[in-house]
Amino acid sequence: MATTTQSAPIRHRLFRRGILPSTLLYAGMLLAIIVVLAPFAWLLISSVAAPVDLLRRPLEWIPQHISLDRFAELTFGSSSDENAEGFRAALINSTVIASAVTLVSLTVGMPAAYAFARLRFPGRSWLILAFMATYMLPPIALILPLYQIMAFLNLRDTQLALIIIYASFVTPFVIWIMRGYIASISSDLDDAARVDGASRLGVLWRIIVPISLPGLLSTALLAFLMAWDEFLYALIMTETTASKTLPVAINDFIGRHGLDFGLLATGGVIAALPPVVIAFVFQRYIVAGLASGGVKG
Amino acid sequence: MSEAVLARPRQTRQKRAWPESWVAAAFVAPAALVIVLVVVVPLGRALWMSLFNIQLTRPGNEPFVGLGNYLDQLTSGDFWGATGRALYFTGVSTALELGLGMGLALLMDQPLRFRWVLRTIIILPWALPTIVNALMWRWIDNAEYGALNALLTQAGVLHSYQPWLSNSDTAMWMVILADVWKITPLVAILLLAGLQAVDREILEVARVDGAGAFQVFRFIVLPLITPVILILLVLRTMEAFKVFDIVWIMTNGGPANSTQTIAIYAYQTAYQGFDFGRGAALGYLIALVIMVLAAVYLRLLGRTGRT
Repeated sequence: MATTTQSAPIRHRLFRRGILPSTLLYAGMLLAIIVVLAPFAWLLISSVAAPVDLLRRPLEWIPQHISLDRFAELTFGSSSDENAEGFRAALINSTVIASAVTLVSLTVGMPAAYAFARLRFPGRSWLILAFMATYMLPPIALILPLYQIMAFLNLRDTQLALIIIYASFVTPFVIWIMRGYIASISSDLDDAARVDGASRLGVLWRIIVPISLPGLLSTALLAFLMAWDEFLYALIMTETTASKTLPVAINDFIGRHGLDFGLLATGGVIAALPPVVIAFVFQRYIVAGLASGGVKG
Repeated sequence: MSEAVLARPRQTRQKRAWPESWVAAAFVAPAALVIVLVVVVPLGRALWMSLFNIQLTRPGNEPFVGLGNYLDQLTSGDFWGATGRALYFTGVSTALELGLGMGLALLMDQPLRFRWVLRTIIILPWALPTIVNALMWRWIDNAEYGALNALLTQAGVLHSYQPWLSNSDTAMWMVILADVWKITPLVAILLLAGLQAVDREILEVARVDGAGAFQVFRFIVLPLITPVILILLVLRTMEAFKVFDIVWIMTNGGPANSTQTIAIYAYQTAYQGFDFGRGAALGYLIALVIMVLAAVYLRLLGRTGRT
């Protein structure tokens, strides 16, 4: 990443122009851009096109009638409308759950990340591996007992149940990324603050947290997206609008309005909007978080 | 030398403070508590459940069967069929994602004008929620009104509309296509980060020495980014083997079980066959495979972390 600037004068070219003509590279790039954008474009078009336009054969790609009615129906529609009510509730549930999971995981995960990065204690190396293993465990292995436990605790069909479950796999992820981030910060500042009499918690809160804000931001965004995206646990644990999240609402939509493609597309666009906007605006942080979390360690 | 002088006052302070491992215990405890309650306890309970014949249609009668549920699965054609489909999905999608991702990463690494456009939009498929991606492709692949059919017939490739998702010969490929579209950009982004970490001067020297593009890639770039490739390979294998969401939304495992991967099979056994004992055993078998892959992954991460 830093190397791009330092080698600016002699721009690196893997392929010499003669061997792989640059026109071919530009054609490849154009093709990639089209392949990435076309499905999005079609989803967007479907969400605003009139039903007759979507059911035309042969299909016309540019719809004749465009309206935002479905967006209005799903976001501000009258509360007697079953679609609208269910979808709005899911939007709220997803937002509440993903935000709470992010908050809980960062609060619980930061001290642990600090401990793994800075403190020496017995079992440190195998404990971090155990945390990572829980993060990678497939939900399908845990879902049956979790379902029974949540039923036993009277937490079935509550936002709290999903918050707790999601926190259990987002927290190890937070620990993993933030441990790496904190380890990359020089410990001189910690030591100086300790000499001045700061406690470990004081060091964490006043020194580590402010310095690692960029890392915290990318971790928080990824945590939010992980919770927003989750489907299998939500499918099992939720029953009503009290806790159904957007993925479950969309699954229900397919069951109930399998033929109303426009409405399905609209629901999809609304559900995709927060993560897509987040990824677009905070791209730099997201990519950094992905690279450090998945690859570099 | 000066470090030793500086270190002394710190040590005297630490004696009055908590011992380091106590602080560590206090810092790790909240996270450990969440994980023990939500992962370790259920994991133990799942193991217990997997040893009984638990049918929700027959409450109160749950005989102990030992390893019977596991033996049932390991000798059942349905189980191996679903495992085979999961492996097929994993092999094809991972190979395509890594191959195309590598090409895309190399493309984005070239000094092309407007490459920022591709670099900017490439994150969008990754950001699209899995469920929305599945929904979108379900609509694109629609037999009567889908965009894929419209595109292919208008381009003259097809003469008539095809029921892509309700034909057991093509359904799995459609799911793979949707997965590849969403995941390849992520692979490309991570490979690009790996490529950018390669020292450009080595490449310049090789080029001056007369190495061709392919030779530079094969003998210099590829060995340098092999660790990243290996990690992505294991990570994708792990994710793909337990695939559930995208299949569930696009095909529900059908038609005729042609897209029924192992996680779908486990879900159906537990929640549609109401057989919790076998469902728990299946969950354990899947977890076993994933944990082996996870061990490989963590080992690879540890190795690159040190360099």
